[in-house]
Amino acid sequence: MPLTDATLASAEELIARYPERRSALLPLLYLVQAADGYVSPAGVAQVADLLGLTKAQVAAVATFYNMFRRRPVGKYLVSVCRTLPCQLRGSREISSALCQRLDVPLGGTDASGMVTVEEVECLAACDGAPVVQVNTENYERLSEQQALELVERLLHDEVPPPTLAGEGAVTEPSTAALHWRLSGLGEPPAGLASGAKGDAGPAATDRPAEQDQGGERP
Amino acid sequence: MTAGDGSAPRTEPVSVLTSRWGDQRAHEIDRYLELDGYASLDVAFGTDPAELVQMVKDSGLRGRGGAGFPTGMKWGFLAKGTGKPTYLVVNADESEPGTFKDMELLERDPHALVEGTIVSAYAIGCNQAFIYLRGECGFAGRRLAAALGQAYERGLLGRDIKGSGFDLDVVLHRGAGAYICGEETALLSSLEGERGQPKLRPPFPAVEGLYRAPTTVNNVETIATVPWIYRKGVDWFRSMGTEKSPGPKLFSVSGEVRRPGNYEYPLGTPARELIDGAAGGMLEGKALKAWTPGGSSTPMLTPDHLDTPMDFESIQGAGSLLGTAAMIVLSEDVCIVDACLNFTKFYAHESCGKCTPCREGTDWMAKILTRLETGAGRKEDMDTLKDICDSIFGRSFCALGDGATSPIVSALKYFRDEFERHVEEGGCPFGASRSLQGSVAPLHGMDEEAEQASPSSSRQGAQ
Repeated sequence: MPLTDATLASAEELIARYPERRSALLPLLYLVQAADGYVSPAGVAQVADLLGLTKAQVAAVATFYNMFRRRPVGKYLVSVCRTLPCQLRGSREISSALCQRLDVPLGGTDASGMVTVEEVECLAACDGAPVVQVNTENYERLSEQQALELVERLLHDEVPPPTLAGEGAVTEPSTAALHWRLSGLGEPPAGLASGAKGDAGPAATDRPAEQDQGGERP
Repeated sequence: MTAGDGSAPRTEPVSVLTSRWGDQRAHEIDRYLELDGYASLDVAFGTDPAELVQMVKDSGLRGRGGAGFPTGMKWGFLAKGTGKPTYLVVNADESEPGTFKDMELLERDPHALVEGTIVSAYAIGCNQAFIYLRGECGFAGRRLAAALGQAYERGLLGRDIKGSGFDLDVVLHRGAGAYICGEETALLSSLEGERGQPKLRPPFPAVEGLYRAPTTVNNVETIATVPWIYRKGVDWFRSMGTEKSPGPKLFSVSGEVRRPGNYEYPLGTPARELIDGAAGGMLEGKALKAWTPGGSSTPMLTPDHLDTPMDFESIQGAGSLLGTAAMIVLSEDVCIVDACLNFTKFYAHESCGKCTPCREGTDWMAKILTRLETGAGRKEDMDTLKDICDSIFGRSFCALGDGATSPIVSALKYFRDEFERHVEEGGCPFGASRSLQGSVAPLHGMDEEAEQASPSSSRQGAQ
């Protein structure tokens, strides 16, 4: 099961934040992704049990949202904004170059399982066009060459600092860590940092993160 | 359009919402407190909540998320005496193409939203608020989560805030990648753990919203503006902008300008001032062809409209909508059919699928625009596009469908000849897609010229 006993305790804390249990559905799906790298059938069943829903109800929600994935995602999710302000500044060339380099279609993960590349819609950072994200952190105003260099480093398991690193922005070390954070449970357990797809086993999720009402501990 | 006092609208930048943006430590609570942060709590807790709602009504503040509905009136609609809690839900799901104001606000000054949430919740008698934040914005999420944690530690959230007897809990809830969740009824569905699909109104959220209880959904910028109104007063707020569109506003300028960025000006500032002044004008060698006043969902305007004041009424008078005040600027080098195709693919992808006209119409329009762009266009395609737009507009639950028609209807109105050339010349007259690589201005925050022009370094807002 993707959610271990320790994670289930955290899940109950998440559920308790909301007046109705079902509101924790999106956060719980993120927890499943943190463990399995995608919304796995076992995770759907587990979440359905937790919330008193049917598997069909959970799957219907999971398939509605882009950020819930139906196949395991790589350790690094590279998202190229395709919307007009970014297209005007070269996003088409960037995404085709990245697909060519990784030898995958859009949405695909390279053979090593390290990098998934996708096109996404407007990322609300149009002054930084063209915007490329790694695990939802922005790398702005990249040339095609710079985007290729970024992916090359990711393939070597190195994460270059994001554009606003000087102001405190940090790129999440793995999609597993990202998805944990998106659940609302705060700082991801250390074990998730190294997690590529499906690599966030029981050891990684054993330690429940400290958390409070929606905030993370500084 | 004239200002409330009959004089011409102001055109100088103001520094209200952006006043702390230049401070690299404003996101830390100690620094925020030094900068008079959370000062509005003392004002609010010493005032009758009904009076606070009246202040927001009197200020004329209009929602900054696109629709421009008067915020005080929205709060006034909240059902009373229902025996259910009242909920405040902050809409931080910013995703209208071209809009990036809320995310920069959260990155640079996240406590401004926390403060606004506290004093807004107090006014409407809400003890449980939710902030629905886009999943894709990592830095804004970190900053906001940290700010909320700090506010709890200092007793600014939780039980008996600053000895006022007022309790407030705030849950930060992350979205999962769906533009439609910016629509308030879809957002509430999503927050309840459902597919993010809009609901027919009435009942309005003010009567039956989250968990079927009275709920107000307000945009980040709107909520961040409220503390300023409490602290500085209605007259101060109305000294900026126009009578019907008062106050300061964040304008997101992007596309083919020299200094894309967020700029804070009073509502009613002419578009020319924002594009040519704040954003430094067009990139070298480029001439303006079209611009959106409020994101991709608002009809495009042309250079002829540059002197239009950027307020709700004036932009509507020019045949468009102020929307989120996101100005995407296109040059003569951009193929308008290609631009429409880009936007239309966006709507086809983001349509939630609930209403047939929107779900099917956006997809068909994308197919027709693709064939025009790739040389298979037919001479009747323009009329077909217009027909489809007529079948979508006003025939869907929410505004997404209406928004999807905006680029196409306006492009056909101003640039129909360009569509015709695609048919006559058997393809795109602009050739392959044109990238602007190599002609990009430096990063924001790293360009001295941009810094000087940015609102954060301008004088304090009108007193």
